[in-house]
Amino acid sequence: MSPVKSIVCVKPVPDPRHWSELALDPVTKTLRREGIPSVLNPLDKHALEEALRIKERFGGIVTAISMAPLTATDSLREAIAIGADDAVLLSDRSFAGADTLATSYALAAAIKKLGEFDLILCGNQSLDGGTGQVGPEIAEFLGVPHVTYARKIQILERGIVRVERALEYGYMVIEGRMPLVLSVVKEINVPRYVSLMRISEAMQAEVRVWTSRDLDIDSSRIGLSGSPTQVADLFLPVMERRGEMLSGAPDTASKLLVQRLRELGVL
Amino acid sequence: MDFALTPEQEMLRKSVREFAEAEIKPKVQNMDETGKVPMDILEKMAKLGFMGVMVPREYGGLGMGHIARTIMLEEIGRVSAAMANTLQITHLGISPIVTDGTEEQKKKWLPLLARGEKLSTFAVTESTGGSDVMGIQTTAKLQGDEYVISGRKCFITNSHLAGVLGIVAKTGEGTKGLTAFVVQSDFPGFRPGREENKFGLRGCNTGELVLENCKVPKENVIGKEGDGLRIALSAISNVGRPGITCAALGIVRSCLEEAVRYSKQRVLYGKPISELQGVQWNLTDIYMDYEASRLLTYYSAWLRDKGERCDAENAMAKFWAAEAAVRCAKKTIDVFGAYGCMRELAPQRLLRDAELLIAGAGTSDIMRLVMARKALTLA
Repeated sequence: MSPVKSIVCVKPVPDPRHWSELALDPVTKTLRREGIPSVLNPLDKHALEEALRIKERFGGIVTAISMAPLTATDSLREAIAIGADDAVLLSDRSFAGADTLATSYALAAAIKKLGEFDLILCGNQSLDGGTGQVGPEIAEFLGVPHVTYARKIQILERGIVRVERALEYGYMVIEGRMPLVLSVVKEINVPRYVSLMRISEAMQAEVRVWTSRDLDIDSSRIGLSGSPTQVADLFLPVMERRGEMLSGAPDTASKLLVQRLRELGVL
Repeated sequence: MDFALTPEQEMLRKSVREFAEAEIKPKVQNMDETGKVPMDILEKMAKLGFMGVMVPREYGGLGMGHIARTIMLEEIGRVSAAMANTLQITHLGISPIVTDGTEEQKKKWLPLLARGEKLSTFAVTESTGGSDVMGIQTTAKLQGDEYVISGRKCFITNSHLAGVLGIVAKTGEGTKGLTAFVVQSDFPGFRPGREENKFGLRGCNTGELVLENCKVPKENVIGKEGDGLRIALSAISNVGRPGITCAALGIVRSCLEEAVRYSKQRVLYGKPISELQGVQWNLTDIYMDYEASRLLTYYSAWLRDKGERCDAENAMAKFWAAEAAVRCAKKTIDVFGAYGCMRELAPQRLLRDAELLIAGAGTSDIMRLVMARKALTLA
């Protein structure tokens, strides 16, 4: 089996332990993230772990990539300290405000620039966005297959990858040929911790920072202007309980209940 | 004067905290109730390089310094002082080999100790003397190519876990009459004795060592015959004592977080008790003790990293942090009220853990003696 070249897409997200401190900006409809520490998106750690296990078995190289503000260098160094060989950060004001399509477009362009790859691994969804769209969209932009909800990955002979894809009840087995994109779920593995041995190395490693000018892209397709979806509103839903008392004998009350449920659109 | 952590130190702190919260925190209650050492956590720490934090890189360690070690131990101590003490004593056992070992000894012992393949400890204290090191009675007699060591050590951390131990024994009289040896737990004539049942730091193994005509090759002498007192006092001052200090600092930090968090949740008289000034005075006392302990701890680590001799500063940090831990744990119980006395909640365990740190690696009274020597030179 030949060595496997993997690229792992990672994203820094606000630390869930500090979510109570996040404030909603009512004007821009975004979260105010200043002062909130970031962590690597938990599912991305599972993706990175899987890439490292594949490297330990077959050899190869693992590159971490992210599209984020410059502060994400810390997260990429963390990825290196966990075991990634190198890292690339796409960072530029023109990337800001991107929805999943514009994000995937930029990431795909960067991946094209990195050259040939065998696997792209992503966390199935991010803790803050939760769409699960970026993995499949990257695959489409690159013209390669993708499998989501991957709970087990086996690399077989001749570049075939066998994936167990989780369903609500059970799983399906899909085989595909590298190169392809895989989005993983947490059942796939237990991620390793930062190796203290690698901390010095990670702090001294060069994290390549690419701006939009370093990529072969159409600048109208990145950032806010490249985003066909816009956030219309961001609010904390108010949960209220409303109670209605229906009176009468059992058969009258039950007819009334069915009528009310129909009116409410439940039935 | 830059008080900030470097990005490398910040990554270390964050990584150790993540490990401590995910792996150690769920086991803390069980450790306290059963007194059993969670060996699986020690194995995980070993794989991540925790035991070898100050072992030079060429021998397989992390090659980090005292500030890095302080960060590591504070973060572990914040979750479990028992685990912090278990780990820090492995560093203590390793250190004489780093400072005084021959190249052969370093190549033989350091890689496996840095990897945590074998755990370590350093045994000085006996029933006839701990504070009074010269009171120890374990003897080591040279017979041909071996020393024959007989005696009993007590209150030794990792007594039943360590595979490679530093033992100090009498080879003569007076201050040049002590020698330090590397003893392996599988040497005939060596065995762990009774295991102590402590009221705090439970889940950290403390016990006796029994040496009955234990034969130790003369290649296992650390330094030279007669160097034992210097080696012991230096290792304890620079590694063992600061290790206790960091565990104590972790307890003070934990007290601060527990007291603040509880007081914001507990509603009495129609509002959180954190709004009551009386409760706030407790919180600020703990906060001040944390910052003061922290500054003394990191300052002494900084001095050690510069290679400066700083026994007084090491003693001051230990005295302050350990006494603060006891003080702040009591204040935390006070903030919790009756809940503070319940075994399911943290405050009572923090107090019990803290009290053990007063006597460890030099009692508070001995710390005053060490500081007095420096204080008397200041005018």
